[in-house]
Amino acid sequence: MRRVSLSVNGDQHELELEPRELLVYVLRERLGLTGATVGCDTSSCGSCTVLLDGESVKSCTVLGVQADGHRITTIEGLAENGALHPLQESFRTHHALQCGYCTPGMVMAAVSLLAENPRPSEAEIRHALEGNLCRCTGYQNIVRAIEAVA
Amino acid sequence: MVAPIELEIGEAIGAPVERKEDHKLLVGQAQWVDNMRVPGMAYMAVVRSPYAHARITRVDVAPALAHADVVAAYSAADLQEEWAGSLPCAWLPTEDTKAPPHLPLAADKARYVGDGVAVVVASSRAAAEDAAELVEVEYEPLPAIVDPEAALAEGAPLVHDELGTNRCYTWRLDAGEVDALFDEAEVIVRGRFRQNRLIPTAIEPRAVLVQPLPANGEFTMWSTTQVPHIARVTLSGVLGIPEAKLRVIAPDVGGGFGSKLNVYAEEALALGLARRLGRAIKWTEGRSEGYLATIHGRDQWQEIELAANADGKISAVRARVVAAMGAYLQLVTPGIPLLGAWLYAGAYDVQGYSFECTGVFTHTTPTDAYRGAGRPEATYAIERAVDALAAKLGKDPVEVRRLNFIREFPNAIAAGLTIDSGDYDAGLDLALGTAGYKELRTEQAERRAKGDPKRLGIGLSTYVEMCGLAPSKILGAIRYSAGGWDTATIRCLPTGTVQVLTGVSPHGQGHETTWSQIAADLLGYDVDEIEVLHGDTAVVPLGMDTYGSRSLAVGGVALYFAAERIVAKARLIAAHKLGVEPSQVDYVRGRFTGPEDSIALKDIALAAWTAHDLPDGVEPGLEASFVYDPPNFSWPSGAHLAVVEVDTETGNVEVLRYIAVDDVGTVVNPLIVDGQIHGGIAQGIAQALFEEAVYDDDGNLLTGNMVSYLVPSAPDLPSYELDRTETPSPTNPLGVKGVGETGAIASPAAVINAVCDALAADGVTDIQMPATPERVWRALEEAKR
Repeated sequence: MRRVSLSVNGDQHELELEPRELLVYVLRERLGLTGATVGCDTSSCGSCTVLLDGESVKSCTVLGVQADGHRITTIEGLAENGALHPLQESFRTHHALQCGYCTPGMVMAAVSLLAENPRPSEAEIRHALEGNLCRCTGYQNIVRAIEAVA
Repeated sequence: MVAPIELEIGEAIGAPVERKEDHKLLVGQAQWVDNMRVPGMAYMAVVRSPYAHARITRVDVAPALAHADVVAAYSAADLQEEWAGSLPCAWLPTEDTKAPPHLPLAADKARYVGDGVAVVVASSRAAAEDAAELVEVEYEPLPAIVDPEAALAEGAPLVHDELGTNRCYTWRLDAGEVDALFDEAEVIVRGRFRQNRLIPTAIEPRAVLVQPLPANGEFTMWSTTQVPHIARVTLSGVLGIPEAKLRVIAPDVGGGFGSKLNVYAEEALALGLARRLGRAIKWTEGRSEGYLATIHGRDQWQEIELAANADGKISAVRARVVAAMGAYLQLVTPGIPLLGAWLYAGAYDVQGYSFECTGVFTHTTPTDAYRGAGRPEATYAIERAVDALAAKLGKDPVEVRRLNFIREFPNAIAAGLTIDSGDYDAGLDLALGTAGYKELRTEQAERRAKGDPKRLGIGLSTYVEMCGLAPSKILGAIRYSAGGWDTATIRCLPTGTVQVLTGVSPHGQGHETTWSQIAADLLGYDVDEIEVLHGDTAVVPLGMDTYGSRSLAVGGVALYFAAERIVAKARLIAAHKLGVEPSQVDYVRGRFTGPEDSIALKDIALAAWTAHDLPDGVEPGLEASFVYDPPNFSWPSGAHLAVVEVDTETGNVEVLRYIAVDDVGTVVNPLIVDGQIHGGIAQGIAQALFEEAVYDDDGNLLTGNMVSYLVPSAPDLPSYELDRTETPSPTNPLGVKGVGETGAIASPAAVINAVCDALAADGVTDIQMPATPERVWRALEEAKR
């Protein structure tokens, strides 16, 4: 077991973690933050995407102990004072989600994209989402939702 | 019973209302089964066979039991007494369909890679999975068979020895003088097509949590299921638990596409272990585990023949299908290819029709429903064959389609059912207009003329499908074990809001929004004043759940009729309050108006609740239910057009444009309808170009994870150009048809027709799905020889 200090959505957590615990399970099972979901076991689907120091990572490919001392933002930490983040709002108005299982990861990937590239083209948006799979929407409305905020 | 009042459709039906479901999903507050934890919960892991076919000679769970965190571990033999029956198959299409036993764990033989042979329960998921690897199983590997045609051959390894054959059933449908029509035909075209095996891949893996209440013999099961009602009635039989003691809840469910229209071994195991151990049991599927243990779709060989005259008018269709069942029959495995049985003549008017399907056991994961289920296959065969006919006659595929379209509705088709409504020319006109068909053909010719290695291809798919499953009488006639009705209850609460209880069970489709729109429209409430409850057998009335694009066309229509009953009863109370006869009271959207005065439905709801002053014989409360059994299927149709670019040097196919014009009857929410079509098209393009579950000859799944099985991502897919025509279904008062599967039904044919069109001048006539760069390149090389 190793002592780890995590800042998650602005809250400080001191945890004793097994070295093998993946960040996504630390978030889901230790901290009760079940917004990030697990859709695969090969780092393919991106449902578990969160921000690590502001950049998107797949939290199934980060060990909890690797996140020691870092700042993590999950979908639960995106809305401010009860107001949805513009991307969350845009996903709703553009019907960019159906079952919603991939949505937290998709939104976090989009947040990261726009932080790096505030005016992406459609092709750039599609390329940036390559690591986030959605089985319901066919992606079109997700792309539109991101374009509308960009 | 009070006579119902026919209701007018208003403005909430048809409005692009933003979904009520979205907020919680967008802020990470969804209730997935995998999120849930209850006191005393232990985790289950399943030990699975690494062999497709093997005799199990020894199972020793002792090494797993020695693990410090393990609670229990069992072989199949240890759990034998838990099972009162086999896992269910609800559709044995012929009297002699072979339905071998299918218990939650395999005892004597493993019959596919992934077949469960033992189970471990531990205090954590990690410990359960670690300990599962400690279970010692000795196998005696045997030869396996994975191709359904090869499995029919003499001497092929048998999946179930006791059957003496791998043939599960043969089902036939013959109508008209088919042989005579073929004898008279001036032109006959034949096609042989492969329906690639697909893995549904809902992004939420399956999960189940069972909490027992041993003192009362009660069980609550949360499951990632499309079918909580069907799960309850069937699992009560598998476990021998009285149906009333089992509560099944489908909370938020992350997509299904048919893969969660099933009753799985792991659900039965979790129930059985919760009963045996007296504690809560949870299981969550790993994705790679799910690729073995959750049903697959398609896996068929198809042969189709068209008889036509020299103009291209088709007189008869003959189709023969060999369909893989996999190693066991799951919930509706044998029936899936038969859902296309009536559609191999597509949208075309023919006199003779013959269809035969043989279901075959193979040493593979069981097949079952995957989006479209039987109808994408039928549509693919006929649409590819019509293009082949056009090519043979040197005609434009548009012309041949127009020559053969059904134009009179309702239309009793040769196959024996009746299409409700449609206007196939209108859809095709719109699609061609949007595409700029003539200009595309010009560009195609120009590219060919200048020897552009990137060929342009244009592919059509003018489909009709049958959904809205289904009239119970017809289901009975085709030997399905349950009915096709569904239920709605409307409960007008005294404080101005409404609960709608529905027997269908959404998993991403947005039913809470759509049902709210219907109830709000008919009863004069705001959409936000309606709360829709679903997916909990202890809360909602008995229903038949969600699959086959049935929810709106059956459950939504039930809601309409329940609203009629609410209004009829409320009118009696309104008349009493207004001091007039009921016949003097008009109803328009939430308000009853008499000769002098009016009163709101909401006020009637309060008056019915206080019950201080009701007319004689009127029960207190304002609540009504309706169970609706549809008199016919519903028949969406449309015209899809794909424009592709095929690189003859690399074999790569790019979908440049995708145009879809669909007629799904009345549209309740255009946002949701378009979203359904988008998603269906994406899955259909995926079948055409990307996805294929591949087994080697020993029955190993070579595409056993998301790295090797190619689910397309955003850059792989185009933007879709959607339009619609609307011929309301005359079968129901809402005029709705169903939209869940149209995209997946129409699109594989449109894409492959486009690919073959692009390469027609190169001599390529067919490419097997998925049309990967390698397959395209090989087809071109072959054509050069």
